[in-house]
Amino acid sequence: MTLPFDVDVVRADFPILETEVDGHPLVYLDSGATSQKPRAVLDAERDFLSRANAAVHRGAHTLAAEATELFEDARVTVAEFVGAEPEQIVWASGATGGLNLVAGSLGYAGRLREGDEIVVTEAEHHANLIPWQELARRTGARLRHIPVREDGTLDMDAADSLIGARTKVLAFPHVSNVLGIVNPVADLVARAQAVGALTVLDACQSAPHLALDLPASGVDLAVFSGHKVYGPYGIGALWGRDEVLDALPPFTTGGSMITTVTLDEAEYLPPPQRFEAGTQPVSQAVGFAAALRWLGAQDLAAAHAHEAALERRMREGLRSIPGIRLLGDTDAAERVALQAFAVEGVHAHDVGQFLDSRGVAVRVGHHCAQPLHRRFGLTASVRASAAIHTTADEVDTFLDAVSGVRSFFGAEVAA
Amino acid sequence: MSGLDALYQELILDHAKNRRGFGLDEPGAHSATVHQRNPICGDEITLRVTTEDDRVASVTWEGAGCSISQASASMLVALLREDGGDDGMPLPDAQALIERFREALRSRGKIPLDEETFGDASALSGVSKYTARVKCAMLAWVALEEGLRQA
Repeated sequence: MTLPFDVDVVRADFPILETEVDGHPLVYLDSGATSQKPRAVLDAERDFLSRANAAVHRGAHTLAAEATELFEDARVTVAEFVGAEPEQIVWASGATGGLNLVAGSLGYAGRLREGDEIVVTEAEHHANLIPWQELARRTGARLRHIPVREDGTLDMDAADSLIGARTKVLAFPHVSNVLGIVNPVADLVARAQAVGALTVLDACQSAPHLALDLPASGVDLAVFSGHKVYGPYGIGALWGRDEVLDALPPFTTGGSMITTVTLDEAEYLPPPQRFEAGTQPVSQAVGFAAALRWLGAQDLAAAHAHEAALERRMREGLRSIPGIRLLGDTDAAERVALQAFAVEGVHAHDVGQFLDSRGVAVRVGHHCAQPLHRRFGLTASVRASAAIHTTADEVDTFLDAVSGVRSFFGAEVAA
Repeated sequence: MSGLDALYQELILDHAKNRRGFGLDEPGAHSATVHQRNPICGDEITLRVTTEDDRVASVTWEGAGCSISQASASMLVALLREDGGDDGMPLPDAQALIERFREALRSRGKIPLDEETFGDASALSGVSKYTARVKCAMLAWVALEEGLRQA
């Protein structure tokens, strides 16, 4: 059942949005770091733990069966959310866990050697950079990056010359967590496929905002985190094509991922269980699925239009404030409602503190993307990121607060 | 005074703009140069301390960061200059000062920084209520602590 989109109705589902900060209503613009959780998610976890909690995939008792069913139903829900089959969904602790699994498993499989190349972008979150640095270091492969242009878009001409016969892996973000720009997935996949390279998509910042059809996207593997898409912490999904997952050895080993074990060796289950050693975050998986069902029950086309309007309001508003430098200010690409910026003469931390005193919660710092900040000559920026529950009034409160920053800190306006 | 005004007192904004001791001087016979960074926000400082006869002869620094971290470094230099006089502050006194500063900042607002002991740096008392900002204020002081160990 799809509900007509009404942001006030959506907001009523989030208990935390009633919070006041220093006498001001909370304006939560840090969903890019972690999203708030609707009541449906809180209830689902509590219900599971109150009613059905037991160890999954073992035991013959009633609760064990029910817990297993809810756990596997959750996998079906996550699969449907990205247009995939449940066997293609591997539980991970989050996107970081999923990416380490992929990079680590490729390393174990000996799929990279000296002379091979891994290509990433200059706009990676550290989670989609450091696992590849480690893989390169251990295998002797070379790590290269597609540069980001001044407007925040990827330099696709450079991508053409970087992606070649030596490229074994191309890993990139669907949406940069700093720039908010939707990267050209189809173009990048086409280049990778032409040279037979594996493609890995970081979908953390797109999953909460865009409709995903991972099989149709052409990528081979993708990750996203539950806690950024209105779900719990400690759970995420790795999606992979059947043949790609089949060809990967386990990264973590132990219980739950085996068929036959002797003292000398073990046989492994097929994917996804092959990659799910040890006790899984079961109540979190159930909560994750509840989040995606909650999201799926909204009128997503209307929600998307709502967020697109917030994006324009935020960016145009920031543009009109003197002394603000936007990162990734372009109309040339599709965007999500996430905008990083620097305030001339005022450090990001001080901006964040000032906004907090007005109840406005934003992220400050390097947002786990130091190389990208360095590329723009910055060590830190301020990032405002909206969600489905964000209102135009909240964006205006944020903009009003930002426009008071420079006078408070006595930063002079350049002529 | 609102929470924000208590945190960002005039003195802090002034020190953040007119940074005392900014710019590294030439190293002496007993100098240590220390680099400290706050991995959370990327703030960094390079601090050089020179000692003579078990006294802090000079402290200079360079760095980039928020107004709290910049003001704190500047206030530290001002305090060492004022209290140390021409001879410089005895090393044990400087070490004790750093320890007391740390204790106050970690007290979540319970222990104020008294003006007599801390001079302008007493304006940083308000930081202690903002746990996320304590590291910003500590950066230069931790760098000096490390420098005194090495010099």
